[in-house]
Amino acid sequence: MQCVLELRDVSKHYPSHHAVNNVSLSLAPGEFFSLLGPSGCGKTTTLRLVAGFEEPTNGDIRLNGTNIGSLKPYHRNVSTVFQNYALFPHLTVQENIEFGLRRRPGNHTAARVRDVLELVQLTGKESRRPGQLSGGERQRVALARSLVLEPDVLLLDEPLSALDPNLRKQVRSELKAIQRRVGITFLFVTHDQEEALSLSDRLGVMNQGRLEQTGTPQELYLRPRTRFVASFLGAVNWIGDIGVRPEAMRIARQPSGNSHRCHPATIVQSTFLGNCVHVDTRLADGASVVVEVSRLGESFAPGESVHISWEPADELRFSETPKGDTPRA
Amino acid sequence: MTRLRAWFLAPTWAMQVALFLAPLTIILGYSFLTRGVYGGITSPWTAESYQRLIDPIYLGILWRSFWIAGLSTALCLLLGFPLALFISRAESHKNFYLGLVMLPFWTSFLVRTYAWMFLLRDTGLANTALQRLGLIHTPLPLLYNDGAVILGLVYGYLPFTVLPLYATLERLDRTLLEAAADLGARPWATLTRVTIPLSAPGIRAGAILVFIPCLGAYLTPDLLGGGKSVMIGNLIQNQFTNSRDWPFGSAVSLALMAIVMILLFTIARGDGEDLL
Repeated sequence: MQCVLELRDVSKHYPSHHAVNNVSLSLAPGEFFSLLGPSGCGKTTTLRLVAGFEEPTNGDIRLNGTNIGSLKPYHRNVSTVFQNYALFPHLTVQENIEFGLRRRPGNHTAARVRDVLELVQLTGKESRRPGQLSGGERQRVALARSLVLEPDVLLLDEPLSALDPNLRKQVRSELKAIQRRVGITFLFVTHDQEEALSLSDRLGVMNQGRLEQTGTPQELYLRPRTRFVASFLGAVNWIGDIGVRPEAMRIARQPSGNSHRCHPATIVQSTFLGNCVHVDTRLADGASVVVEVSRLGESFAPGESVHISWEPADELRFSETPKGDTPRA
Repeated sequence: MTRLRAWFLAPTWAMQVALFLAPLTIILGYSFLTRGVYGGITSPWTAESYQRLIDPIYLGILWRSFWIAGLSTALCLLLGFPLALFISRAESHKNFYLGLVMLPFWTSFLVRTYAWMFLLRDTGLANTALQRLGLIHTPLPLLYNDGAVILGLVYGYLPFTVLPLYATLERLDRTLLEAAADLGARPWATLTRVTIPLSAPGIRAGAILVFIPCLGAYLTPDLLGGGKSVMIGNLIQNQFTNSRDWPFGSAVSLALMAIVMILLFTIARGDGEDLL
């Protein structure tokens, strides 16, 4: 397969811990790939290895087939959008964007800066300094500063986390649109599962330095290979070794179908969430099960006896041995 | 409440008036009087001392003071910046390194300046060593010249550039340096386009802290310059001792102060905030 970026068994070990452990992944040209995981899982370190701020302990990092693992950041045709944007406070928007162009051959600088400013909708703010911009504008300057260099891969380190939630959704769709337009491969690091699911062509879930699974958002959500992936991407109810998503659970006053997939339960409480209702129930063995039901459906009172059930197709099964510390839904 | 505040501020005000404002007023008064035969001052009132300031001899001394102080400041920054950068980037022992920078303050400046005389004189350590090594046959004239004065000033005031530079470099956001490298800047370009521009407040503070005392330096040019390398501080001292011309000494003092204040205001206006 032709790929822009390829990581082969990349590890980064520090004296105190192993930040990245044997991570292998490959990115196709123009792909939007997200690395998702909780803080400290090694996703940012992986990004920094690709950017060249850290050197891998083992493994190859290949950019268009060439191992760049030991090259300095300024020799790699990748560019980073930092979490805090890292805009140069002493330079204007224009100067920030021109910063990387100075070393590049070709003298279409002015035109390229103009084009990229238009792309991120910052035309007219060329002479502002970062301190005079809003959070969203700063984020777009950081994006423009990297995009103007036409990197082989654009690395984004939680670029939306500093924005307020309302703005975040808007910027998210803008980001996706920009990526489609420029066709540059994006490697996007985030701890926000919704962000990763909505933006990515493919994503990888990291846990404790390891890449647990990669695939399309649908694959990872519907067929998670590990309990960690299942729990990190959305909520899961655990009934023994079987996982069932809350939205795949059915709730009824009468028992139905296979007794194997139907359990009596007691309603604990119902939480109205606007677009749906989360019903907390408790099984006879004390396990709690959350059922997501339509707000248009029946309502249940606390203490009521009900039956919960699910379809075989909605069961999440894992070959791995269950771990005690696996988070529950 | 305001009365209480006034009481607490009173000692400060008293000190300012007694030790700063009053002497300054006396100096101002002296500068407009006539010199006494054995020093001191006598009537009548005159502006003659100020007219003498524009004498080419004195303008020459002022100019010398300026370039010696300027060159010393530039050298302090040039030497202090890498040192401050090194300390701010050190993985550990930062306080130890800062302690070393401040170590000379444990000894009197006068003693340290004398030590330089012993190092630099014809039979001093430097010349003796060079002669023993056979590199020179006659002692080099290391002492009693402008070079020795600048060396002494740079030595004495180097910590005053290192400390403010360290303070700004320490606060510098490291991701900006990573961003520069990420955008293709090699270390030298990162230094000149990011690190140095962003440490401007520290450079400014360091320059002020060195230039002003250097401009008025008296001890260093007196000892290491051997009276040959006269700076404005020596001129003032001379008026109050050998020349017994208190009015002129006062006028020169006030002129120096005026120049320093104008300089400070210019720099402060050019920057606004971050002055120290």
